[in-house]
Amino acid sequence: MKSVNGMKVTFPSRSSNESFARSVVASFVAQLDPAVDELVDIRTAVSEAVTNCIVHAYPDNIGEVTIVARIYPTGRVVIKVRDKGIGIENIEQAMEPLFTTGGEERYGLGFSVMDSFTDKLKVTSKKGKGTVVTLEKYITMRQRQAKQS
Amino acid sequence: MSVRIESSNEGMTAFLMGEIDHHTARQIREAIDTAVEKSKPKNLYLDFSEVSFMDSSGIGLIMGRFKLMQHYSGKLTVTGASERITKIISLAGLKRLGIFNNAQ
Repeated sequence: MKSVNGMKVTFPSRSSNESFARSVVASFVAQLDPAVDELVDIRTAVSEAVTNCIVHAYPDNIGEVTIVARIYPTGRVVIKVRDKGIGIENIEQAMEPLFTTGGEERYGLGFSVMDSFTDKLKVTSKKGKGTVVTLEKYITMRQRQAKQS
Repeated sequence: MSVRIESSNEGMTAFLMGEIDHHTARQIREAIDTAVEKSKPKNLYLDFSEVSFMDSSGIGLIMGRFKLMQHYSGKLTVTGASERITKIISLAGLKRLGIFNNAQ
């Protein structure tokens, strides 16, 4: 199915951009008139994905983080958070709750939060090449249903 | 600064404000730890009433302060956590620590 709208944003992996990243995705998704909870779910999941890039993908340097978001006709939103960092050696292990290599008060809950707050989570990674986290969320089509009836 | 710290006879209260993420958690943590290490209160209250957003970085913030207060033989209490924040806290299994005191 073809997307009806899309956006792409690239920014440096500075922690001050975490707030920008979740806000820009939320602003884009707002056109679907999501419920408050759905929007906070997306903001939280994006925040976790971007924090992972900042803490794990580029541990010693600043690199590029790219977010591509697409909206599909049925209210499906697909958000890809991509980095060109060090990659994840063992994705299964990285996704286990409480597993972390993060130090500094990181508790290894990022993927657990992403998983619970979205409808689908996919992670692909290549060591030394980078990681792509794909988040999918279905937005309840409240307004459109109301308009049609 | 997204935290305001007040002290009384009962202990120290850190009123957290705005959005808690990996970026802001660092500043909040430093402010609280400096104050706690200075006056070593018996009780530390983390008040989440004015927090509009929190991701898993907030878990680190709570756990770190829990350990800090344990170190000083003090007690940590979390207050004012919204339903939303409680959802993330539950994911982390922190409810077992018995540090939550929700008015609502």
